[in-house]
Amino acid sequence: MENISRITTRKTPLVWKKDVSENLQKKIRPTEAIIQAFLFFCGVVSILTTIGIVFELGKEAWLFFGNPDISIVEFLTGTSWQPKIGNFGVLPLLTSTLITSLIAMVVALPLGIATAIFLSEYAAPKTRSILKPILEILAGVPTVVYGYFALTFMTPLLRSLFGNNTVDVYNMASAGLVMGIMILPLISSMSEDALSAVPRSLREGAYALGATKLETAVQIVVPAALSGIIAAFIIGISRAVGETMIVAVAAGSGPNFTFNPFEAAETMTGYIARISGGDLSYNTPDYNSIFAIGLLLFVVTLGLNFLSRAISRRFREVYE
Amino acid sequence: MSQPANHLFSALTSDEAKQVVHQRHARAKLARAIFRIATLLAVIFLATLLVTILNKSMGYVVVKNKVDPATLANQPLTQLTNTELAEILRANLRKNRVRTLEREGFLEDQSHSTLVQLVEAEVVQPEVVDSYNLIPSLLNRRQITTTAATEYPGAKVEFRYWLNGQFLSSTMASQPELAGVRSALIGSLYLIIITIVIAFPIGVGAAIYLEEYASHKSRINRVIQTNIDNLAGVPSIVYGILGLALFVRTLQPLTSGAIFGVEGQNGRTILSAGLTMALLVLPILIINAQEAIRAVPDSLRQASYGLGATRWQTIWSHVLPNALPGILTGTILAVSRAIGETAPLIVVGASTFITSDPSGPFSSFTALPIQIYSWTTRPQPAFQHIAAAAILVLLIALLSLNAAAILLRNRFAKRV
Repeated sequence: MENISRITTRKTPLVWKKDVSENLQKKIRPTEAIIQAFLFFCGVVSILTTIGIVFELGKEAWLFFGNPDISIVEFLTGTSWQPKIGNFGVLPLLTSTLITSLIAMVVALPLGIATAIFLSEYAAPKTRSILKPILEILAGVPTVVYGYFALTFMTPLLRSLFGNNTVDVYNMASAGLVMGIMILPLISSMSEDALSAVPRSLREGAYALGATKLETAVQIVVPAALSGIIAAFIIGISRAVGETMIVAVAAGSGPNFTFNPFEAAETMTGYIARISGGDLSYNTPDYNSIFAIGLLLFVVTLGLNFLSRAISRRFREVYE
Repeated sequence: MSQPANHLFSALTSDEAKQVVHQRHARAKLARAIFRIATLLAVIFLATLLVTILNKSMGYVVVKNKVDPATLANQPLTQLTNTELAEILRANLRKNRVRTLEREGFLEDQSHSTLVQLVEAEVVQPEVVDSYNLIPSLLNRRQITTTAATEYPGAKVEFRYWLNGQFLSSTMASQPELAGVRSALIGSLYLIIITIVIAFPIGVGAAIYLEEYASHKSRINRVIQTNIDNLAGVPSIVYGILGLALFVRTLQPLTSGAIFGVEGQNGRTILSAGLTMALLVLPILIINAQEAIRAVPDSLRQASYGLGATRWQTIWSHVLPNALPGILTGTILAVSRAIGETAPLIVVGASTFITSDPSGPFSSFTALPIQIYSWTTRPQPAFQHIAAAAILVLLIALLSLNAAAILLRNRFAKRV
């Protein structure tokens, strides 16, 4: 600083010297600070959303469990959900959610991984450029359209295959199968990303040892990408558990404690959709119950998402 | 390790070795076929889905008129004069109804096409008594006409596209052949506008903050980032529940428009639904915008700083213009997610039966996916047909949005 001012005094008038030293100070700019504060607030909105979800779900669920007729133990272990007569056991809703999700995963996982292997290991670039948009379209179809598809295509198909007496008009199998189709693109695209991240040198090494393409894919590439595939699998389950419209349309309304996939049974999401679809008055057990179930749903899906991220971080093979 | 391997190879004659290699290759070929079939299945699923919807969206219908137009006049209705049409209406409708119709002026003074429509809807009252899908319509055309002739004497068989001008322009009705999607389309449009107006600035703002200002070491910024990633995975119905508790109930004075002087509404308005939808698409929008901003090369920022620009000047005049196509593409994708979303709207309280168009952000509303859901769940087959027609409208809207996104992306790719 002093050096500069000495130089300037020699060549320029005194007024100048003062100006320069002021200009070199960091200027305080209120607009910049305000803008930064606003942008920070935008980022915080997402945290507020999470707090809002936890707070609102927690508050109403608290009221729900605060009701003397309802205990948490009964809620988690009861096998009958009939709010009208005071039975609040969530198991029927939970089992049907699990069954539809399980069916969906049985469809989506093998097909999704096979598709991912085909796209990343076998398909020529031109084939890929056709197939990938098709999968993207499949992923972009609204779920209510899948619900329509389940009811007007899958259910009649199942009924004609297994007989009208075995398969109900509304059934979990139809909803689960169509849900599998819905989740398939998600699993295949996430798995394909994981497979493509495996470096080429590993494949070249396997080929050099005389491995066939299948041996390379199954014994080298898939194990190397396993963490990514498992992460995709868990995200798929989370998506299936939270899926609403397909089950609301095709799985039937009315809780039913059954393990037979051809029977109608309402899932957690289906229950929330049906109850809130009517005219719902506040502060009734019905109203509070959707928050209790919503909280359960939120906790389950959040846990699955965390697990998926933890697995892909913890077990990811890092290649140079 | 080398011992057994040596043993193995010494035990194999060259023929046997060839056979092993042959087997391995056969297995590889088989697996290749299986992988290919699995991939093809995905294509088949999409094709089946589309065929199912197209199949339901058009086909032969058997229409029976309550009153045969031939008994009303000797000529076809369209060739009658206004006076004759008005007379038909007066003769066949109840007095009260005629008075309601004449509130705006005499029947004779109304336009010819309005009168023809009135006669058809109120006097002739065509009713679809039977309907067929597209595939049987094409294959068993003759059989359909003979069945219709024996089962419904006097009825007419005609080919109907359920997705037609009348379907797009009429509001909800209890008879499927008169129902349309106009109010649902307008409702969806309102919803999307509110969603964009709220989510776009906040989403882009958050993305700018995270990419340009936040230091990655700071704890709160890491929390924000993780939180956004997690919110993207929360089921949409949970957002609906949040919207119900927060916007519909707690903020009722705001969302019902009571503090703006709008009366007679509860909180189940377009505004509540739009706010809910904005929260739903926010994480997707932020993640997409972050990627677009990250793709702007650092050299641009350094050059701007080098010329003495402030941080915000750099962002506003250099980073944002370059990231904009990417941000817009991401926004379009987020919007196309919002258009098809149904579950949160059900929870927030969309009405399934509304005969008037929404008049503003504080009116109750219906939306396209809600109509599809409501029609799908009805047992009468004709509702399945109009549900398919509404699905076609939705899919066309989604496809054009995605096409716009792809065009934008390609233009962007060319420029950089």
